[in-house]
Amino acid sequence: MQGTAVALAQPEALRNSHRNAGIPLRPDAFESIQVNLSAVERRAATLPTRRTVKKEYQAAWLVKALTCIDLTTLAGDDTPGRVQRLCAKAKRPLSDALLKGLGLEDAPPTVGAVCVYPTMVPAAVKALKGSGIPVASVATGFPTGLTPLPQRLEEIKYAVGEGAGEIDIVINRALVFDQEWQALYDEVAAMREACGEAHLKAILATGDLKTLRNVYKASMVSMQAGVDFIKTSTGKEDVNATLPVSLVMLRALRDYGEETGYRVGFKPAGGLKTAKDAMNWLILMKEELGRPWLEPDLFRIGASSMLADIERQLEHFVTGRYSATYRHPMA
Amino acid sequence: MVHVKDVLKSMDYGPAPEGNEHVVAWLEAHKAGFGHFIGGKFTDPAAGKSFKVSNPADGKPLARVALGTSDDVDKAVAAAARAFRNWSKLSGHERAKYLYAIARNIQKRDRFLAVLETMDNGKPIRETRDIDIPLVARHFYHHAGWAELLESEFPGYRPVGVCGQVIPWNFPLLMLAWKIAPALAAGNTVVLKPAEQTPLTALAFAEICREVGLPAGVVNIVTGEGDTGAALVAHEGVAKIAFTGSTDVGKIIRTATAGSGKKLSLELGGKSPFIVFDDADLDSAVEGLVDAIWFNQGEVCCAGSRLLVQEGIAEKLYAKVRARMETLRVGSPLDKSTDIGAVVSAEQLERITSLVATGKKEGAEVFQPSISIPGTGTFFAPTLMTGVEPASTVAVVEIFGPVLVAMTFRTPDEAVALANNTRFGLAASIWSENINRSLDVASRIKAGVIWINATNLFDAAAGFGGYRESGYGREGGREGLFEYLVAGEAKPKGKDSAKATLVAAPAVDAQIVATDEVDRTAKLYIGGKQARPDSGYSYAVSNAAGKQIGLAGLGNRKDIRNAVEAATKAESWGAATAHNRAQILYYLAENLSARAGEFEERLRAMTGASKRAATDEVAAAIRRTFFYAGFADKHDGAVHSTKSRHVTLAMKEPYGIMGVLCPDDAPLLGFVSLVMPALATGNRVIAVPSSRYPLAATDFYQIVDTSDVPAGVLSIVTGNATELAKTLADHDEVSALWNFNGGVDAALVDKASAGNLKPVWTGARDWHGVEAQGREFLRRSTQVKNIWVPYGE
Repeated sequence: MQGTAVALAQPEALRNSHRNAGIPLRPDAFESIQVNLSAVERRAATLPTRRTVKKEYQAAWLVKALTCIDLTTLAGDDTPGRVQRLCAKAKRPLSDALLKGLGLEDAPPTVGAVCVYPTMVPAAVKALKGSGIPVASVATGFPTGLTPLPQRLEEIKYAVGEGAGEIDIVINRALVFDQEWQALYDEVAAMREACGEAHLKAILATGDLKTLRNVYKASMVSMQAGVDFIKTSTGKEDVNATLPVSLVMLRALRDYGEETGYRVGFKPAGGLKTAKDAMNWLILMKEELGRPWLEPDLFRIGASSMLADIERQLEHFVTGRYSATYRHPMA
Repeated sequence: MVHVKDVLKSMDYGPAPEGNEHVVAWLEAHKAGFGHFIGGKFTDPAAGKSFKVSNPADGKPLARVALGTSDDVDKAVAAAARAFRNWSKLSGHERAKYLYAIARNIQKRDRFLAVLETMDNGKPIRETRDIDIPLVARHFYHHAGWAELLESEFPGYRPVGVCGQVIPWNFPLLMLAWKIAPALAAGNTVVLKPAEQTPLTALAFAEICREVGLPAGVVNIVTGEGDTGAALVAHEGVAKIAFTGSTDVGKIIRTATAGSGKKLSLELGGKSPFIVFDDADLDSAVEGLVDAIWFNQGEVCCAGSRLLVQEGIAEKLYAKVRARMETLRVGSPLDKSTDIGAVVSAEQLERITSLVATGKKEGAEVFQPSISIPGTGTFFAPTLMTGVEPASTVAVVEIFGPVLVAMTFRTPDEAVALANNTRFGLAASIWSENINRSLDVASRIKAGVIWINATNLFDAAAGFGGYRESGYGREGGREGLFEYLVAGEAKPKGKDSAKATLVAAPAVDAQIVATDEVDRTAKLYIGGKQARPDSGYSYAVSNAAGKQIGLAGLGNRKDIRNAVEAATKAESWGAATAHNRAQILYYLAENLSARAGEFEERLRAMTGASKRAATDEVAAAIRRTFFYAGFADKHDGAVHSTKSRHVTLAMKEPYGIMGVLCPDDAPLLGFVSLVMPALATGNRVIAVPSSRYPLAATDFYQIVDTSDVPAGVLSIVTGNATELAKTLADHDEVSALWNFNGGVDAALVDKASAGNLKPVWTGARDWHGVEAQGREFLRRSTQVKNIWVPYGE
């Protein structure tokens, strides 16, 4: 990933220096997988209750969450002006007073990336120039992924050509329902190739996949095909990121890492709105995968409104007073 | 001073202590010490001896608590007895309102109770806050409901009286709730003794009772040590004892209460298997293990402490377990990020430490993660021991600490064999995504609670309790309520006489009053065959007038042994369809009917019954056999309403091999009344007929012989009932015993039953009365196994 200002806080040892190169399709790594929904739900339900982070620690964790946000706008009414405003916020998410209160004037954090539609990439690239913040673009017929493959690949190339450093693709759900693993692998591998140096995040649209076994299998095929991140949702499915789904994806990610040595990143997206959500997912990452997955090169949160809540919580930490949304510059 | 910048690098959790100032203030207000709660008032804490209660996490004293004497117990029982008069007569609705108020007030004080429990016991605040206290409130809500419904749902039952309840230190307030809620709902009053290590939440609960205006004496709390508990157990004014604790103490209580007629329920130890098949969701099974053995520091009677894993996946699973252990956090129980708190006491820590050392010495490989453990306080690192064999000490003994022992198996059959290779039978956890296999294994494991793809799930609506030496009785649900109720029963007319000496030598002037043309020999009936008594002796059977009417085999302990062996081989009886068993019972009735006249003659000759009485008795025996044939496929289990998306099956399983001691009164009908319900529910039965009037029972084996009863399902051993009863009560393969022979010393049977903790039902009935048949008999011949099956895709 391109260096962001906040990466100063990331110890070198935690840096993900090897991109996942993928491996040949290996169905035996996932075909006999068993996932028990009730048990996964139990674990997911108790995860946030087993760990509590308070005071300075909580403030730091919230700043960390902020640096992992892919600040996103994916709406039909997006315009270059709208994108420019979002980018301004991405570059300077916290006020000077907050930075001072947090003792972070020397290393002001920025968000992890700005995530937009392909046609908005030029505006975002322009607005973020010199900031070090990468532009992420959705592609491949987002959010359904049902345009023809050549067009989907062309879309990637277009976004990369316009300067996107990260591409969030959607997988073809039909190939999962029909268990057409080779076809899914080939599509994703082609997308990875189309990305070139740009990093690839594969959106599984877990709300469509329904069963957790499908989620695991789709995760594994995507990783074998060489993605840099697996991502839960487009934000447009009926059900978006949930802790149980995330837990299963992390287990797949851990299994893949143990098998290949590659570290793959994780991005929950859709429905994460509050600082509490951010804490829950950070706890999940730390418990299931450990410290390296608490950095933006291995963890992103796809969100638009979460930032405002984090700001309010940080202001409370700094001032001891509860804050109002209108006092913080909007994204 | 911690800097945000530094935490951004470390991303540590940091401390997250739960505030305890309200509890500290409460303890300060009780600085003078806590008295007992008797008759609605606290006794003067300065009145007698007291003992110190301390926080195991730091060893610091929390309070001084009165040391209960037998005098204190006397007063408490007297208060409870006085309160019983009114409390038991209140309408269910009135009692429900009190229980509801208790539930509500526990909720209102939930954090206070959670913090206090954590300080007293050492368990993490997450558990008291999210598990213990919510379950306590749930238990009182559930039983408020039972109080309301008692009259309509349990017709013919009444409260037992004053209940003496002794509870352990591992779930102090939850165990109190499990004891007090059903007792009160059913109309009993209680004297409860909390564990000496953890009495504080019970005392806080006493304050809640006072706060909600519970009538004085309905709940009494006497604090103290083992002697206090022993005084309560021994007290004559106590009609029922409920105990949760170790199997050793359970046996002491069974022995101490022998012959007292006190109702008894025991919830004891365990060494519960946690079985992982190769088609399980392994990552979830690992989390299951965390909830099984690293919950409550492993100080859980139903802890999944024996990991049984299928060979092919063992190393993979162990690796996952070890990795998971590295993320467990051991530390201050009041810290909200703590997984494992302090062991309850230095003694318990010493026991765990020494057992792990023994395991190591016996060859186990011991793994403990490289996580930090506090330097002071009674902490023990989570431990996994592999390379353990069934013969290893640590595989047999309940460790009651955060120590998991692991073994492998090859096949489902072997998994079941290993799972059942224990004196205990409290719980089991089965992990497999194959529903057929899971339910098959669940049905074959001898344990009271089975969780499929889950562990340590609890709910007030489901019964909890053990098989074998894990005790008897259930807590929770409909099945639990019976422990606090007694059925109305009429006493029999005659007196039983098993104490009579049975004479095996021919009497000087004896002459058999012949009723048959040809001499008839009454043998024993063992394993589907008529058998001579092992002793080679017979004894004289006389009629009511004292005239000798024949000889009966003088069975001895070896005949009982043989009968039990034959029964062991007839295990398939319990697995036969209920329809099959019903058919055989109908057939028995059919054949009895065909020979009714012969049995009438026998009864008249033996007991001197009138023709009409004899005819009535045979007719009643046929009807009763029909009754249980009819019931065989209708004594259904239940699906409890517990959590959403969980099927909680309450299966009524036969005990296995039952001993039945039959009365003198109504020698045929009494025998039939006891044998048939036990057979109908799938038990194999060893019946000891009345010593005085055994010949109707021995005639009966001819009926058995002609009715397709599989060999070993019913054996009949005549002789000295007391001697035979003792052997049956002693026998570890016999799982339950009914003593309806008033001539057999109940104390002797009760005492002997402590060996394998088989439940003994001592009773008497008017065998022609309505209480001589019915659900109570079916209930007493079965034990409820709760199988939790979560579902969802």
